[in-house]
Amino acid sequence: MLIPALLMLIITLAIGSALLYMARRLPQNPDSPAARVNAMLPQSQCGQCGYPGCRPYAEAIVNGAADINQCAPGGDALVIALARLLGRPAARLDPRFGVHEPPSVAVIDEDACIGCAICIAACPVDAIIGAPQFSHTVIKDACTGCKLCVAPCPVDCIDMVALREANAT
Amino acid sequence: MADLILIIVATVLVNNFVLTRFLGLCPFLGASSRFETATGMAMATTFVLTVAAGLSFLINRYVLVPTGTEYLRLLAFILIIAGAVQFTELYLRRSSPMLHQALGIFLPLITTNCAVLGIALLNVQQSRSFVEALAYGFGGGLGFGLVIALFAGLRERTEAADVPAAFQGPAIALVTAAFMAMGFMGFTGMAGG
Repeated sequence: MLIPALLMLIITLAIGSALLYMARRLPQNPDSPAARVNAMLPQSQCGQCGYPGCRPYAEAIVNGAADINQCAPGGDALVIALARLLGRPAARLDPRFGVHEPPSVAVIDEDACIGCAICIAACPVDAIIGAPQFSHTVIKDACTGCKLCVAPCPVDCIDMVALREANAT
Repeated sequence: MADLILIIVATVLVNNFVLTRFLGLCPFLGASSRFETATGMAMATTFVLTVAAGLSFLINRYVLVPTGTEYLRLLAFILIIAGAVQFTELYLRRSSPMLHQALGIFLPLITTNCAVLGIALLNVQQSRSFVEALAYGFGGGLGFGLVIALFAGLRERTEAADVPAAFQGPAIALVTAAFMAMGFMGFTGMAGG
Protein backbone atom coordinates (compact mmCIF):
# COMPACT_ATOMS: atom_id res chain seq x y z
CA MET A 1 0.00 0.00 0.00
CA LEU A 2 2.82 2.36 0.86
CA ILE A 3 4.88 1.78 -2.27
CA PRO A 4 2.21 2.67 -4.82
CA ALA A 5 1.23 5.76 -2.86
CA LEU A 6 4.85 6.86 -2.67
CA LEU A 7 5.29 6.11 -6.35
CA MET A 8 2.36 8.29 -7.33
CA LEU A 9 3.62 11.02 -5.04
CA ILE A 10 7.03 10.92 -6.69
CA ILE A 11 5.58 10.98 -10.21
CA THR A 12 3.29 13.87 -9.30
CA LEU A 13 6.09 15.82 -7.70
CA ALA A 14 8.37 15.20 -10.68
CA ILE A 15 5.76 16.41 -13.17
CA GLY A 16 4.86 19.36 -10.96
CA SER A 17 8.41 20.53 -10.53
CA ALA A 18 9.14 20.06 -14.23
CA LEU A 19 6.15 22.29 -15.00
CA LEU A 20 7.26 24.86 -12.45
CA TYR A 21 10.72 24.87 -13.96
CA MET A 22 9.28 25.34 -17.45
CA ALA A 23 7.03 28.14 -16.25
CA ARG A 24 10.08 29.93 -14.90
CA ARG A 25 12.29 29.25 -17.88
CA LEU A 26 9.88 30.04 -20.72
CA PRO A 27 10.09 33.65 -21.80
CA GLN A 28 7.57 35.64 -19.84
CA ASN A 29 6.80 37.63 -22.99
CA PRO A 30 5.63 40.78 -21.22
CA ASP A 31 6.80 42.77 -24.22
CA SER A 32 4.24 41.36 -26.61
CA PRO A 33 2.86 44.50 -28.26
CA ALA A 34 -0.74 43.72 -27.36
CA ALA A 35 0.17 43.26 -23.70
CA ARG A 36 1.99 46.60 -23.62
CA VAL A 37 -0.89 48.43 -25.24
CA ASN A 38 -3.31 46.66 -22.92
CA ALA A 39 -1.29 47.82 -19.91
CA MET A 40 -1.77 51.42 -21.01
CA LEU A 41 -5.52 51.16 -21.52
CA PRO A 42 -7.70 52.21 -18.57
CA GLN A 43 -9.19 48.70 -18.05
CA SER A 44 -12.67 50.11 -17.66
CA GLN A 45 -13.94 47.27 -19.93
CA CYS A 46 -16.65 49.69 -21.04
CA GLY A 47 -16.77 48.56 -24.66
CA GLN A 48 -17.19 52.10 -26.00
CA CYS A 49 -14.39 51.45 -28.50
CA GLY A 50 -16.54 48.81 -30.16
CA TYR A 51 -14.60 45.87 -28.73
CA PRO A 52 -15.79 43.68 -25.85
CA GLY A 53 -13.03 44.85 -23.53
CA CYS A 54 -9.64 46.48 -23.21
CA ARG A 55 -7.58 43.44 -24.16
CA PRO A 56 -9.47 42.80 -27.43
CA TYR A 57 -9.13 46.50 -28.28
CA ALA A 58 -5.39 46.35 -27.58
CA GLU A 59 -5.08 43.40 -29.91
CA ALA A 60 -7.11 45.19 -32.58
CA ILE A 61 -4.79 48.21 -32.30
CA VAL A 62 -1.73 46.02 -32.70
CA ASN A 63 -3.25 44.15 -35.66
CA GLY A 64 -4.07 47.44 -37.31
CA ALA A 65 -7.80 46.76 -37.22
CA ALA A 66 -8.56 49.71 -34.91
CA ASP A 67 -7.35 53.28 -34.56
CA ILE A 68 -5.67 54.49 -31.41
CA ASN A 69 -8.22 57.21 -30.77
CA GLN A 70 -11.26 55.10 -29.89
CA CYS A 71 -10.88 54.93 -26.11
CA ALA A 72 -13.11 57.54 -24.49
CA PRO A 73 -12.10 56.87 -20.86
CA GLY A 74 -8.44 57.21 -21.82
CA GLY A 75 -9.01 60.53 -23.54
CA ASP A 76 -6.47 62.50 -25.54
CA ALA A 77 -3.71 61.71 -23.07
CA LEU A 78 -3.97 58.02 -23.91
CA VAL A 79 -4.00 58.74 -27.65
CA ILE A 80 -0.75 60.69 -27.31
CA ALA A 81 0.87 57.96 -25.21
CA LEU A 82 -0.17 55.26 -27.68
CA ALA A 83 1.03 57.33 -30.62
CA ARG A 84 4.42 57.64 -28.94
CA LEU A 85 4.59 53.90 -28.22
CA LEU A 86 3.49 52.73 -31.66
CA GLY A 87 4.94 55.52 -33.78
CA ARG A 88 1.55 56.36 -35.25
CA PRO A 89 0.21 59.85 -35.84
CA ALA A 90 -1.76 61.19 -32.89
CA ALA A 91 -5.30 62.39 -33.50
CA ARG A 92 -8.05 63.79 -31.30
CA LEU A 93 -10.31 61.31 -29.59
CA ASP A 94 -12.87 60.12 -32.12
CA PRO A 95 -16.22 61.52 -30.84
CA ARG A 96 -18.12 58.60 -32.38
CA PHE A 97 -16.76 56.47 -29.55
CA GLY A 98 -17.83 58.78 -26.74
CA VAL A 99 -16.41 61.77 -24.97
CA HIS A 100 -13.82 61.90 -22.24
CA GLU A 101 -15.31 62.58 -18.83
CA PRO A 102 -13.80 62.83 -15.37
CA PRO A 103 -13.72 59.45 -13.65
CA SER A 104 -17.03 58.42 -12.14
CA VAL A 105 -18.54 55.40 -10.44
CA ALA A 106 -22.00 53.87 -10.50
CA VAL A 107 -24.10 54.30 -7.38
CA ILE A 108 -27.25 52.26 -6.79
CA ASP A 109 -30.15 53.91 -5.00
CA GLU A 110 -30.64 51.06 -2.58
CA ASP A 111 -34.17 52.06 -1.62
CA ALA A 112 -35.36 52.00 -5.21
CA CYS A 113 -33.52 48.80 -6.20
CA ILE A 114 -35.91 45.89 -6.75
CA GLY A 115 -33.24 43.21 -6.67
CA CYS A 116 -33.62 42.05 -10.25
CA ALA A 117 -29.91 41.21 -10.63
CA ILE A 118 -29.87 42.39 -14.26
CA CYS A 119 -27.12 44.92 -13.57
CA ILE A 120 -24.95 42.21 -12.00
CA ALA A 121 -24.82 40.38 -15.31
CA ALA A 122 -24.10 43.61 -17.17
CA CYS A 123 -21.11 44.59 -15.02
CA PRO A 124 -17.88 43.62 -16.83
CA VAL A 125 -15.75 43.78 -13.70
CA ASP A 126 -18.10 42.17 -11.17
CA ALA A 127 -18.26 45.32 -9.09
CA ILE A 128 -21.94 44.91 -8.19
CA ILE A 129 -22.87 42.61 -5.34
CA GLY A 130 -26.32 41.40 -4.44
CA ALA A 131 -28.68 38.53 -5.01
CA PRO A 132 -32.08 38.20 -6.65
CA GLN A 133 -34.79 39.77 -4.46
CA PHE A 134 -32.18 41.62 -2.40
CA SER A 135 -30.98 45.17 -2.81
CA HIS A 136 -27.70 45.49 -4.70
CA THR A 137 -24.78 47.77 -4.13
CA VAL A 138 -21.66 48.83 -6.01
CA ILE A 139 -18.15 48.20 -4.73
CA LYS A 140 -16.78 51.67 -5.32
CA ASP A 141 -13.15 50.61 -5.56
CA ALA A 142 -13.89 47.97 -8.17
CA CYS A 143 -16.24 50.06 -10.33
CA THR A 144 -14.59 51.38 -13.48
CA GLY A 145 -17.37 53.81 -14.35
CA CYS A 146 -18.19 52.10 -17.64
CA LYS A 147 -21.93 52.88 -17.39
CA LEU A 148 -22.87 49.46 -18.79
CA CYS A 149 -25.17 48.85 -15.81
CA VAL A 150 -27.13 52.09 -16.22
CA ALA A 151 -29.16 51.21 -19.31
CA PRO A 152 -30.24 47.67 -18.31
CA CYS A 153 -31.68 48.78 -14.94
CA PRO A 154 -35.50 48.46 -15.26
CA VAL A 155 -36.25 50.97 -12.48
CA ASP A 156 -33.51 53.42 -13.41
CA CYS A 157 -32.00 53.45 -9.92
CA ILE A 158 -28.32 53.58 -10.96
CA ASP A 159 -26.64 56.96 -11.20
CA MET A 160 -23.15 57.86 -12.31
CA VAL A 161 -21.46 59.99 -9.67
CA ALA A 162 -18.14 61.76 -10.16
CA LEU A 163 -15.44 59.88 -8.28
CA ARG A 164 -14.54 62.95 -6.23
CA GLU A 165 -18.10 63.31 -4.95
CA ALA A 166 -18.44 59.59 -4.35
CA ASN A 167 -15.30 59.64 -2.24
CA ALA A 168 -16.57 62.58 -0.22
CA THR A 169 -19.68 60.74 0.96
CA MET B 1 12.57 2.41 -40.60
CA ALA B 2 10.01 0.88 -42.94
CA ASP B 3 8.18 -0.40 -39.89
CA LEU B 4 7.94 3.09 -38.45
CA ILE B 5 6.59 4.52 -41.69
CA LEU B 6 4.06 1.71 -41.80
CA ILE B 7 2.98 2.47 -38.22
CA ILE B 8 2.57 6.15 -39.01
CA VAL B 9 0.65 5.58 -42.26
CA ALA B 10 -1.51 2.96 -40.60
CA THR B 11 -2.44 5.23 -37.68
CA VAL B 12 -3.03 8.24 -39.90
CA LEU B 13 -5.25 6.57 -42.49
CA VAL B 14 -6.23 3.00 -41.74
CA ASN B 15 -6.73 3.08 -38.00
CA ASN B 16 -7.49 6.76 -37.74
CA PHE B 17 -8.39 7.43 -34.12
CA VAL B 18 -11.22 9.81 -34.81
CA LEU B 19 -12.95 8.23 -37.76
CA THR B 20 -12.41 4.50 -37.28
CA ARG B 21 -12.00 4.15 -33.52
CA PHE B 22 -14.18 7.14 -32.64
CA LEU B 23 -11.81 8.43 -29.99
CA GLY B 24 -11.30 12.13 -29.36
CA LEU B 25 -14.59 13.25 -30.83
CA CYS B 26 -15.06 16.11 -28.37
CA PRO B 27 -12.30 18.38 -29.70
CA PHE B 28 -13.00 17.05 -33.20
CA LEU B 29 -16.45 18.62 -33.07
CA GLY B 30 -15.70 21.44 -30.65
CA ALA B 31 -12.59 23.04 -32.13
CA SER B 32 -13.32 22.58 -35.82
CA SER B 33 -15.55 25.51 -36.67
CA ARG B 34 -12.64 27.52 -38.10
CA PHE B 35 -9.68 26.21 -40.08
CA GLU B 36 -7.03 28.16 -38.15
CA THR B 37 -8.36 26.98 -34.80
CA ALA B 38 -8.48 23.43 -36.10
CA THR B 39 -4.85 23.45 -37.24
CA GLY B 40 -3.78 24.95 -33.91
CA MET B 41 -5.72 22.25 -32.10
CA ALA B 42 -4.13 19.62 -34.36
CA MET B 43 -0.62 20.81 -33.56
CA ALA B 44 -1.28 20.99 -29.83
CA THR B 45 -2.81 17.51 -29.83
CA THR B 46 0.01 16.02 -31.90
CA PHE B 47 2.54 17.42 -29.47
CA VAL B 48 0.67 16.13 -26.44
CA LEU B 49 0.13 12.72 -28.05
CA THR B 50 3.80 12.27 -28.90
CA VAL B 51 5.06 13.45 -25.53
CA ALA B 52 2.46 11.45 -23.62
CA ALA B 53 3.16 8.31 -25.66
CA GLY B 54 6.91 8.56 -25.01
CA LEU B 55 6.70 9.50 -21.34
CA SER B 56 4.04 6.95 -20.50
CA PHE B 57 6.14 4.26 -22.16
CA LEU B 58 9.17 5.20 -20.05
CA ILE B 59 7.18 5.39 -16.82
CA ASN B 60 5.54 2.05 -17.51
CA ARG B 61 8.77 0.27 -18.45
CA TYR B 62 11.13 1.71 -15.86
CA VAL B 63 8.89 2.57 -12.92
CA LEU B 64 5.65 0.63 -12.90
CA VAL B 65 6.84 -2.76 -14.18
CA PRO B 66 9.96 -3.08 -11.95
CA THR B 67 7.96 -2.18 -8.84
CA GLY B 68 5.09 -4.48 -9.78
CA THR B 69 2.54 -1.68 -9.72
CA GLU B 70 1.13 -2.00 -13.22
CA TYR B 71 -2.34 -1.42 -11.83
CA LEU B 72 -1.37 2.24 -11.34
CA ARG B 73 -1.05 2.59 -15.11
CA LEU B 74 -4.29 4.47 -15.70
CA LEU B 75 -3.62 6.90 -12.87
CA ALA B 76 0.01 7.52 -13.80
CA PHE B 77 -0.80 8.00 -17.48
CA ILE B 78 -3.52 10.52 -16.74
CA LEU B 79 -1.03 12.45 -14.62
CA ILE B 80 1.51 12.45 -17.43
CA ILE B 81 -1.08 13.57 -19.96
CA ALA B 82 -2.28 16.34 -17.66
CA GLY B 83 1.32 17.48 -17.23
CA ALA B 84 1.95 17.49 -20.98
CA VAL B 85 -1.25 19.44 -21.58
CA GLN B 86 -0.34 21.98 -18.90
CA PHE B 87 3.02 22.46 -20.56
CA THR B 88 1.38 22.94 -23.96
CA GLU B 89 -1.02 25.47 -22.53
CA LEU B 90 1.80 27.34 -20.80
CA TYR B 91 3.81 27.43 -23.99
CA LEU B 92 0.89 28.55 -26.15
CA ARG B 93 -0.13 31.25 -23.72
CA ARG B 94 3.36 32.67 -23.82
CA SER B 95 4.09 32.24 -27.50
CA SER B 96 0.78 32.85 -29.25
CA PRO B 97 -1.90 34.34 -26.99
CA MET B 98 -4.29 34.69 -29.90
CA LEU B 99 -4.36 30.97 -30.61
CA HIS B 100 -4.58 30.33 -26.88
CA GLN B 101 -7.66 32.51 -26.77
CA ALA B 102 -9.19 30.91 -29.85
CA LEU B 103 -8.78 27.39 -28.49
CA GLY B 104 -10.13 28.40 -25.12
CA ILE B 105 -11.42 25.56 -23.00
CA PHE B 106 -10.57 22.94 -25.62
CA LEU B 107 -6.88 23.29 -24.86
CA PRO B 108 -7.05 22.02 -21.26
CA LEU B 109 -9.66 19.54 -22.43
CA ILE B 110 -6.99 17.71 -24.45
CA THR B 111 -6.37 16.02 -21.10
CA THR B 112 -9.66 14.22 -21.44
CA ASN B 113 -9.20 13.50 -25.12
CA CYS B 114 -9.57 9.75 -25.00
CA ALA B 115 -7.31 9.35 -28.03
CA VAL B 116 -4.37 10.48 -25.88
CA LEU B 117 -5.00 7.98 -23.10
CA GLY B 118 -6.01 5.41 -25.71
CA ILE B 119 -2.67 5.60 -27.46
CA ALA B 120 -0.72 5.43 -24.22
CA LEU B 121 -2.64 2.34 -23.12
CA LEU B 122 -2.57 0.66 -26.54
CA ASN B 123 1.20 1.12 -26.65
CA VAL B 124 1.52 -0.93 -23.47
CA GLN B 125 -1.08 -3.47 -24.52
CA GLN B 126 0.59 -4.17 -27.86
CA SER B 127 4.08 -4.14 -26.21
CA ARG B 128 5.77 -1.78 -28.60
CA SER B 129 9.34 -0.52 -28.38
CA PHE B 130 10.05 3.08 -27.34
CA VAL B 131 10.56 4.36 -30.89
CA GLU B 132 7.47 2.53 -32.10
CA ALA B 133 5.47 4.03 -29.25
CA LEU B 134 6.64 7.51 -30.24
CA ALA B 135 5.77 6.83 -33.88
CA TYR B 136 2.36 5.57 -32.85
CA GLY B 137 1.69 8.71 -30.82
CA PHE B 138 2.97 10.98 -33.57
CA GLY B 139 0.97 9.13 -36.22
CA GLY B 140 -2.15 9.32 -34.08
CA GLY B 141 -1.63 13.07 -33.78
CA LEU B 142 -1.09 13.46 -37.51
CA GLY B 143 -4.23 11.46 -38.20
CA PHE B 144 -6.21 13.61 -35.80
CA GLY B 145 -4.75 16.73 -37.42
CA LEU B 146 -5.53 15.57 -40.95
CA VAL B 147 -9.09 14.71 -40.10
CA ILE B 148 -9.85 17.82 -38.07
CA ALA B 149 -8.34 20.08 -40.76
CA LEU B 150 -10.43 18.41 -43.48
CA PHE B 151 -13.48 18.56 -41.26
CA ALA B 152 -12.96 22.25 -40.50
CA GLY B 153 -12.67 22.97 -44.22
CA LEU B 154 -15.94 21.15 -44.85
CA ARG B 155 -17.65 22.90 -41.97
CA GLU B 156 -16.60 26.31 -43.25
CA ARG B 157 -18.28 25.39 -46.53
CA THR B 158 -21.48 24.08 -44.98
CA GLU B 159 -21.74 27.21 -42.88
CA ALA B 160 -22.41 29.21 -46.03
CA ALA B 161 -24.59 26.50 -47.56
CA ASP B 162 -28.38 26.47 -47.53
CA VAL B 163 -28.90 23.69 -45.02
CA PRO B 164 -32.48 22.49 -44.34
CA ALA B 165 -33.71 23.78 -40.98
CA ALA B 166 -33.81 20.34 -39.39
CA PHE B 167 -30.13 19.73 -40.17
CA GLN B 168 -28.69 23.05 -39.11
CA GLY B 169 -25.89 23.37 -36.55
CA PRO B 170 -24.47 20.26 -34.89
CA ALA B 171 -26.70 17.96 -36.96
CA ILE B 172 -25.05 18.78 -40.26
CA ALA B 173 -21.63 18.61 -38.57
CA LEU B 174 -22.35 15.08 -37.36
CA VAL B 175 -23.68 14.07 -40.78
CA THR B 176 -20.48 15.43 -42.33
CA ALA B 177 -18.39 13.51 -39.83
CA ALA B 178 -20.33 10.35 -40.61
CA PHE B 179 -19.66 10.71 -44.34
CA MET B 180 -15.97 11.26 -43.59
CA ALA B 181 -15.91 8.13 -41.45
CA MET B 182 -17.50 6.17 -44.29
CA GLY B 183 -14.83 7.53 -46.61
CA PHE B 184 -12.08 6.45 -44.23
CA MET B 185 -13.58 2.97 -44.11
CA GLY B 186 -12.23 2.65 -47.63
CA PHE B 187 -8.74 2.38 -46.13
CA THR B 188 -9.67 -0.66 -44.05
CA GLY B 189 -7.35 -3.60 -44.53
CA MET B 190 -4.70 -1.65 -46.43
CA ALA B 191 -2.11 -2.17 -43.70
CA GLY B 192 -1.74 -4.90 -41.14
CA GLY B 193 -1.28 -2.38 -38.32
